[in-house]
Amino acid sequence: MTIDKNARYRTSHEYARREGASIVTGISDHAQDSLGDIVFVELPAVGKVLKQGEAFGVVESVKAASDLYMPLSGTITEVNAALQGDPALINKDPYGAGWMIKFAPANAAEWDGLLDAAAYEKEAGKE
Amino acid sequence: MAPFAGYDMPISYPTGAVEEHLITRRSVGLFDIDHMGQIEVSGPGANEFVSATVSAKILDMKDRDARYSLLLDEQGLVLDDLFVYRLPGRWWIVVNASNREADYAWFKRRAPAGVKVVDHSEATYMIAVQGPRALELLDLVSGGAVSVLPRFTSGDISIRGIPVLFGRTGYTGEDGGELFFPAERALELWELLLAEGERRGIETKAIGLAARDSLRFEAGMPLHGHEISPAINALEAGFKWACDFEKDFVGRSALEKIQAEGPRRRLVGIEVTGGVPREGYELRSEAGAPIGQCVAGMFCPTVRKYAANAFVLPEFAKAGTRLKVVIHGNPKDAVVVKRPLYVPAYRR
Repeated sequence: MTIDKNARYRTSHEYARREGASIVTGISDHAQDSLGDIVFVELPAVGKVLKQGEAFGVVESVKAASDLYMPLSGTITEVNAALQGDPALINKDPYGAGWMIKFAPANAAEWDGLLDAAAYEKEAGKE
Repeated sequence: MAPFAGYDMPISYPTGAVEEHLITRRSVGLFDIDHMGQIEVSGPGANEFVSATVSAKILDMKDRDARYSLLLDEQGLVLDDLFVYRLPGRWWIVVNASNREADYAWFKRRAPAGVKVVDHSEATYMIAVQGPRALELLDLVSGGAVSVLPRFTSGDISIRGIPVLFGRTGYTGEDGGELFFPAERALELWELLLAEGERRGIETKAIGLAARDSLRFEAGMPLHGHEISPAINALEAGFKWACDFEKDFVGRSALEKIQAEGPRRRLVGIEVTGGVPREGYELRSEAGAPIGQCVAGMFCPTVRKYAANAFVLPEFAKAGTRLKVVIHGNPKDAVVVKRPLYVPAYRR
């Protein structure tokens, strides 16, 4: 299991990473490994306003569909269009080419409530 | 791993379900299908008994032929689907794991005096070897004994001293075969095939349940419990071709009645955009009326499409008909398409 040390995490396995004023979100390496081959991802429209913990999309593996949750509240500014043609990017490079959304956070303080890399690693290790 | 009919079965191996599917389409996939059951029927009157019990025409089969058939009840509902092998002096019937005990009881109960029905499932192991290079691999380990056998026939062969009944059959849409042999030699034969593939540069991998499902789905083959089941009759599922109305068989008169009245629903294939259709998802007309339900659905790795099989009202069964499938509460665009999505290699 690889962990992006610069990111923070939800216990539901989405990561949040700061890029300038934006947040980049996807799912962790642990999550993609547990899901298996990812064959489809549904992402929100740019401009959509979502609250922390609200579903922003769905990821479908060979066998199951899973909701994706906002790590922080915010407004969607960009989605990874490459995933429509090649959802397996999430398996290959979950923190890089397999990113899912970028958003402008509405409440920066929510960041502090997320798990840091060490705490997430411990959490994911329990599964 | 997942529990399946009393067996622990891998959903996928570390290779991953999509890659396992693609390997089977481009080289060789090995399938551990020991869960399948084998029932032998023999003795005086066995021919007529098997013919009256299964739906397909079988009395024209020559020794060594193998043929697909259904096992129906008196209502024409599908108890199971079978591969029937005619061997010298006996019939060898391959049944699904979940139905094995019920099928055995069904044959046993109906067998007239003198006909022997024996369940060989425990003593028999079964491995399928499928893919465009499957016969090449099997020829290398059997002294060239398999590629000389035509499709849908069988032969007794020896693989490095292991006695094997080889059937040039399978359930993936690829050429290849299914191997029946003594259960105690299972690991030896499995490892031998993997090692031979490695040594000869023939890409050969173990394939799990998920890829087995997507392979059979693309090739238009039914899976019992989905496209066919004891709640589905042979005609609505599109299996008239596997029923011989020239002979008497269990379920025939019920099917004739259904045929006369016209099936109330039909099995169709659909392609979907904007989501993955799955079993249980509802289908609607473009006007929003409920018209049916998906019985299987998935991403199809070879054709790179999201597709499902579904039962719909007959007026929505024509290829090209536009429908909606409800995915996570949202109606998504779907269109009825011709099955199969992938024409089996041996039919091209």
